[in-house]
Amino acid sequence: MTQPNAKLHPGLNLGHHHGEAHNQAETVVFGFWVFLMSDLILFGLTFASYITLANNMGMASGPTPADIIDLVNVFAQTVLLLVSSLTFGVASLTMRHKMPAKVTIAWLGLSLVLGLAFLGLAALDFLNMANQGAVPSRSGYLSGLWSLVGLHAVHVTAGCFWIMIMIAQIAVLGLHPIVKSRVLRLGLFWHFLDIVWIGIFSIVYLGGLL
Amino acid sequence: MSGEAQTSWLGRLNIDSLSIWRAIENPSVSEFVGAGAALVAIFGGIGALVLITWLRAWGTLWRDWLTSTDHKKIGVMYCVLALVMLLRGVIEGVVMRTQQAFGMGGGFLAPEHFSELFSTHGTIMIFFVAMPFIIGITNYVMPLQLGARDMSFPVLNQISLALTATGAALVMISLVLGEFATGGWTNYPPYTGKDFQPGPGPDYWIWAIVLSGLGTTLTGINFAVTLYKERAPGMTLFRMPIFCWTVLCASIVMIFALPPLTLAALMLAADRYLDFHFFTNDLGGNMMNYVNLFWLFGHPEVYLLVIPAYGVFSEVVPTFSGKRLYGYNSMVYATMAIAVLSFCVWLHHFFTMGQSANVNIAFGIASMAIAVPTGVKIYNWVATMYRARIRMTVPMIYATGFFFLFTIGGLTGVMLANPVISYQVHNTLFLVAHFHNVLIPGVLFGIFAGYHFWFPKVFGFRLEERWGKRAACLWVVGFCFTFLPLYALGLMGMPRRSVMWDDPAFQPFMWLALVGALTILSAVTALGIQLWVSVRNRAATACPLGDPWNGRTLEWSIPSPPPPYNFAQVPQVRTRDDFTDAKATGRAYQPLSAYEDIEMPRNTAIGMIVLIGSTLLGLALIFWIWWLAIVSVGVMLTALIGRTFWLNTTYTIPAEEIARDHQAWLAEVHAAQRITRAEETQAANRGRAALELPQGVSV
Amino acid sequence: MRNPDFKAELRAYLLGFGLALALTVVPFAVVVFGPGTQGLAIILITLCALAQLVVQLRYFLHLDLSEQKREDLHLVLFTVLLLGIMSIGTIWILGNLAIRM
Repeated sequence: MTQPNAKLHPGLNLGHHHGEAHNQAETVVFGFWVFLMSDLILFGLTFASYITLANNMGMASGPTPADIIDLVNVFAQTVLLLVSSLTFGVASLTMRHKMPAKVTIAWLGLSLVLGLAFLGLAALDFLNMANQGAVPSRSGYLSGLWSLVGLHAVHVTAGCFWIMIMIAQIAVLGLHPIVKSRVLRLGLFWHFLDIVWIGIFSIVYLGGLL
Repeated sequence: MSGEAQTSWLGRLNIDSLSIWRAIENPSVSEFVGAGAALVAIFGGIGALVLITWLRAWGTLWRDWLTSTDHKKIGVMYCVLALVMLLRGVIEGVVMRTQQAFGMGGGFLAPEHFSELFSTHGTIMIFFVAMPFIIGITNYVMPLQLGARDMSFPVLNQISLALTATGAALVMISLVLGEFATGGWTNYPPYTGKDFQPGPGPDYWIWAIVLSGLGTTLTGINFAVTLYKERAPGMTLFRMPIFCWTVLCASIVMIFALPPLTLAALMLAADRYLDFHFFTNDLGGNMMNYVNLFWLFGHPEVYLLVIPAYGVFSEVVPTFSGKRLYGYNSMVYATMAIAVLSFCVWLHHFFTMGQSANVNIAFGIASMAIAVPTGVKIYNWVATMYRARIRMTVPMIYATGFFFLFTIGGLTGVMLANPVISYQVHNTLFLVAHFHNVLIPGVLFGIFAGYHFWFPKVFGFRLEERWGKRAACLWVVGFCFTFLPLYALGLMGMPRRSVMWDDPAFQPFMWLALVGALTILSAVTALGIQLWVSVRNRAATACPLGDPWNGRTLEWSIPSPPPPYNFAQVPQVRTRDDFTDAKATGRAYQPLSAYEDIEMPRNTAIGMIVLIGSTLLGLALIFWIWWLAIVSVGVMLTALIGRTFWLNTTYTIPAEEIARDHQAWLAEVHAAQRITRAEETQAANRGRAALELPQGVSV
Repeated sequence: MRNPDFKAELRAYLLGFGLALALTVVPFAVVVFGPGTQGLAIILITLCALAQLVVQLRYFLHLDLSEQKREDLHLVLFTVLLLGIMSIGTIWILGNLAIRM
């Protein structure tokens, strides 16, 4: 059990006299880690299923990775997501160091814009694939690809909505301890999605092209 | 969307979806059985509503139960849900045994209907009886054993219950609207794909599983975090009651083994709704991955169920033997070993799928290895009972039945873990006998033992002993008659899930199994009578002081039923079996020097919104009513997000109120007669135990 | 922005970002410019991915070996163990089936 005055999670600084509230925050953050790990299993097995479909049998004489992968787009998506991870980190730092709420909101807003840009590029990628007839109903391989990348995109979409909600909450409620704890968890979620993306660009895109 | 043209605003829901209408249009015995079940469901539901109205109980129900975030109330609601579903599951089992008893060359049920029966029976018994029952008991007992005020996330707990109830509701609605899947509880594609089953059946299965599975995952997170973060001061991990350890293992399974199931079901949904090709026969689909994913969940799942049942026996056996548990540490390690090993054996469910012998050998050995930690546990329980003054109460009857029958079931499991034998008896009734042999004596007997053991804690009065003993004996005997003959039938070569058969040699075993099934039905009836008798005579068996069995762990150190805040002051734990130690050293029942205000979570209607919203969402998806799906998701999201803007979610119980209740209870305790174990089942037992130490055995 | 803690922590984020970016550029370059054999490329991509995983866990998710992160670290390691069993098992089983079909 962590003592109230132990070093806190970054982004969370409730002060020494908030012992009870701090323990509560620790519990909630730990719970969120557990949730993320459960989600990681979901992603991991989607990866495993994709790998079992990414072969000649799974491609069913349909489009191959070389036909459909637009590496420039993927690289741009990767950089966008990575930069948004950084800006979110800065947002949590501004919150931890008790800077004015509007500074935090600005950095959160920047992360949101980058996340939306990522989604835009992902949508473009999906559209290009669909135009080439590379839709999930074409083959098992494409089903696997669309579902894996789509699962990630759905998570990023949820993350974007969550950022919007948190911006609204900071505006309405201020940097209340509960709001801080939520932003902290949102940060874990956002960084986690970037980690999953490492797997996607390494296995699906780069691995697919080899 | 794929499939038929959409004409109605109700999607593909129409008059032919009503099973009662089908029976009118196309009368046959099989359809009448189905329509009868639908009528029972409808009138059961209406009857419940009328009864609540007649009792003027709506306000109480809403305020004290449906909107409550109290882990104890939620636990009880889980158990009630499980009992209702148990009734349906048992009746289905009896109908199936009747069909097979008369099944030589025919029987009275249509094959489709029979398939529906075994599919719903399996789905209900696993997902809506065993799991909610285990989760319900855990919900109630675990925070009390830890010395906590509630779960870590009380509102999440309510939402988990709502999602589980949604799954159960969908399965019940399938009796009336449309039909359930016919692909077994495993729902294997491609048979359940849209090429072979375009109707709503598999969709009922998918959404019942996905929605309730989500609830179970959230429950697992809640349990694990509660175990890690809410333990009373002084309660180190190795001072936790064994039941809590088993819950930790079960929650590991809920957190990590439910995602494969959710994924498999969602991939099947993608195949059915969006024309994906994960599990189809053509265009690169691979149905074997479904089998793989399903059992990645399916095997840990049986440990999710049986490990907490082990935990119940680990509480029941020491209590009724009056000794501490033999080999606590080895019990913990065995439990953890089983939890991890359970993730390494899933392939033994499909040895015959065609992979090479080497793969089969690896998983065969891993499967046999699980018998070792399980053996350690049986040894520990028996060693606990050795030379003890054992009281043969109802939970102990279940425990004894468990020791013998579960050992048989476990040994047939070791047989099945051998791929060579598995090839011979694959998909026969031998397998059906085996898994009922571990699930009924293992899980169900554990649940019933826990039900009798903790009932007085929950409601403040004991269950009636005589009817309890009758029910327990009927369960043991009924189990033996129903399922032991199936081993023989399996070895004779009868395939499982057969609506009919034509070998006259099967007939005597079929009769035996039918007799057994009727015995089980009478056991369930006896349980019902017991509950009725107990409630009627509750004044004579009241034990409000809280410790009717000379209990060993913290839950017995508080009044029955416990107050909403559980403990007037969070206990300071010094040792394992802390309450036994406290009673022996005079720490128990001490007045407190000061009382503090206690902050508790407020009631919330969010669970009910999720229940109604997700049930409508499930129906909308099953019957392709897209506008309703969007509306229900929108309502649920709005409610959930809107709630996060509301920070005032707790209320305070004033210290004076706590002091008054606690002091009144303490005065009653000190005035009460101390009951020896010989008087345990008599009216004098109001829940104050006399100190009794077995000679030569330390506490 | 005068707070020294803030600056130090910001520098840590920037360091993590720089490392992650480098570990992203390298595998992309390997695939685009294609030096070496396919086997070598796969090894490089795998190593870069694992390294970036560690970098992001360390600098963005602040997972380290310190006492108070122990529970989170145990959780992550345990999850990786189970995920390894499940996903490697899946690929092994279905690969074996595919070879024999």
